[in-house]
Amino acid sequence: MNIPAALKDSAVASLIALALFVPMIGLVLKGQSLNIQLLRALFVVAAVFAGRMLISMLLQSGLLGRLVEVIRKVLVYLSPVVGLVERRSFRFIGLLLVVLVAVPFLPGSSNYLIQILSLTLVYVILATGLNIVVGLAGLLDLGFVAFFATGAYGYAMLAQYAGLSFWAAIPLTAGIAAAMGCLLGLPVLRMHGDYLAIVTLGFGEIIRILLVNMIDITGGPNGISVPRPTLFGLGFTRRLEEGQLGFHEFFGLPYSASHRYIFIYLLILAFTVAAIWIFKRLREMPIGRAWEALREDEIACKALGINHTTTKLSAFTLGATFGGVGGVFFAAMEGFINPSSFTFVESAIILSIVVLGGMGSIVGVILAAMGITLLPELFREFENYRMLVFGLAMVFIMIWRPGGLLKVRRKTFARGGHGG
Amino acid sequence: MYILGQQLINGLILGSIYGLIAIGYTMVYGIIGMINFAHGEIYMISAYLFAIFLALAGVFGIDSLPVALLFTLAFTIIITGLYGFTVERMAYRPLRGSTRLAPLISAIGMSLVLQNFVQLAQGANDQALPPLYHGVLRLGGEEDFVQITHIQIIIVAATVISMAILTYVINNTALGRACRATQQDRTMANLLGINTDWTISLVFVIGASMASVAGVLITFNFGSFNFFIGFVAGIKAFTAAVLGGIGSLPGAMLGGILLGLSESLFAGFVNTDYKDVFAFALLVTVLTFRPTGLLGRPEVEKI
Repeated sequence: MNIPAALKDSAVASLIALALFVPMIGLVLKGQSLNIQLLRALFVVAAVFAGRMLISMLLQSGLLGRLVEVIRKVLVYLSPVVGLVERRSFRFIGLLLVVLVAVPFLPGSSNYLIQILSLTLVYVILATGLNIVVGLAGLLDLGFVAFFATGAYGYAMLAQYAGLSFWAAIPLTAGIAAAMGCLLGLPVLRMHGDYLAIVTLGFGEIIRILLVNMIDITGGPNGISVPRPTLFGLGFTRRLEEGQLGFHEFFGLPYSASHRYIFIYLLILAFTVAAIWIFKRLREMPIGRAWEALREDEIACKALGINHTTTKLSAFTLGATFGGVGGVFFAAMEGFINPSSFTFVESAIILSIVVLGGMGSIVGVILAAMGITLLPELFREFENYRMLVFGLAMVFIMIWRPGGLLKVRRKTFARGGHGG
Repeated sequence: MYILGQQLINGLILGSIYGLIAIGYTMVYGIIGMINFAHGEIYMISAYLFAIFLALAGVFGIDSLPVALLFTLAFTIIITGLYGFTVERMAYRPLRGSTRLAPLISAIGMSLVLQNFVQLAQGANDQALPPLYHGVLRLGGEEDFVQITHIQIIIVAATVISMAILTYVINNTALGRACRATQQDRTMANLLGINTDWTISLVFVIGASMASVAGVLITFNFGSFNFFIGFVAGIKAFTAAVLGGIGSLPGAMLGGILLGLSESLFAGFVNTDYKDVFAFALLVTVLTFRPTGLLGRPEVEKI
């Protein structure tokens, strides 16, 4: 083993770390003076040295290579399972569904748990929508939060100004979001990957700035409150509106706030299943295949007569519709929304769910959405490090598995048999 | 009339800053064809480093302002350049030859990392520097006048000097030749004995240094910053780079100044709240009607 070489590499790495971290971590600005915390910086530098040393040793001993090989093999063995789940995803999802439906009625469930699960499901809906745009059609959309915001604010404003109920707002808002998707799609038709990313990002920011600044209509930074949804006119709030019958009164139950949480949760669950089913069907329809073909090679697609205008526009429109519906549910769940829920970070989170889960994959997206919303809840005390770990995970997963954790293998046609 | 003059001057200052940041985007895009999404964060880091080194100069008892400034500027440029180098080394080099989306997503990840790193290390609150230097040049009468601070003159001068140095380096030195060769044909440059990996690193260091000049100047002028300033500055500078034609150095500067001027005229005469909306709308318009920008060459699509 070549210890001196490893030492040299680590020394270089820690020298760089020293220069980077001593000013930034070791000298903390406090007004015009400095709060000197050199020990903190040296600790990080030592960690860099140790980490670099470990990597060098692992590389030299071939352990890292073997480790990677083992992981690769495990994933290879796992991939038929994933593939099976992906192909038979309605069975997997059916199983998951039974569990998810049962959760609120199990002992030990709480309003808190139900809310977290509802949020996870909202992310699944959003990520499924973005999965159409990014995963299937390969159009990098960094402004997906715009449609999410359209959905949430659409519902809030339709309720406030037109007095529409939750149920009437869903299709209308979905339509508005779809129109917005189409509107965004038109100017970006000619753009390629990177330009598209920046323009969509700008679009997301425009929507957020409008929400912040149109104080008379949207309530500006103070936000806007949203009415709670009803079930066939039955209300779930303690103080009911004039002439409204409460859910608990109708069924002769004592009032409990958890009814409302469970109701919204089951509602979102139902729509999530619908969204996943639609996504699955879309992926296998001609339009879905056109999206994937366009992602792989745009020139070849044009040559084969695929209308790339309608194909791209339909991806944007459908993705936006999902985003809008997700927004309606988010607003209904929270009861109050403000523009700070719709920043670029939100777009990045949804995108990382799609990317980490494996672009185009259903199971991957569900698992990634769960991971991203549930893990931070488990590690509450490290909440400040959440976005840092997020960013690092995005970098390392791109280096290690650019296709995402669960890469989708396209269904291919086996010789002389059924697809498999 | 005087308001117009004032807004033109403000726009010119803003535009110089955008132009300096845009250099980093345009050079990186020219050489490896990716948007360095973390570039705005590099600019943000340089603002922090500037304040930190300035405070450090105070600790060391450097009292004369010009000496302290030179000391601070030098260290800020070096350390920011090192940040640029490290980001390239960690997040982009391993992805060379990967899919087109991968480096962009990795760059978004890196941008989140840098933002949260600074937030964790330095705290989330806004930082402020005291006004370091007053001194104003007034043109016009008692009531109506155009006001130019000396700092604004320094900003324009520093921008011109950095652009001159950069142009000289790119056009007349061996390093610049290597950069241009790598930009034209990386494989061929490699065959001719240019270490293209180092050249790409160098481009990131140059971009970061230019962004750090911008960070130092803007902090010197406005005095306040937080860990989030990189995001909007980054998008604006990218808009400037696209406006001028991505890949072109004079284009970046031209785009920056045009964007700065039009934004500050819009803010002065139409509406301040929506000036960011105006900038993004400008970006969409330019990309729709002239995707190659003002000075850019059309990209040839090869099969």
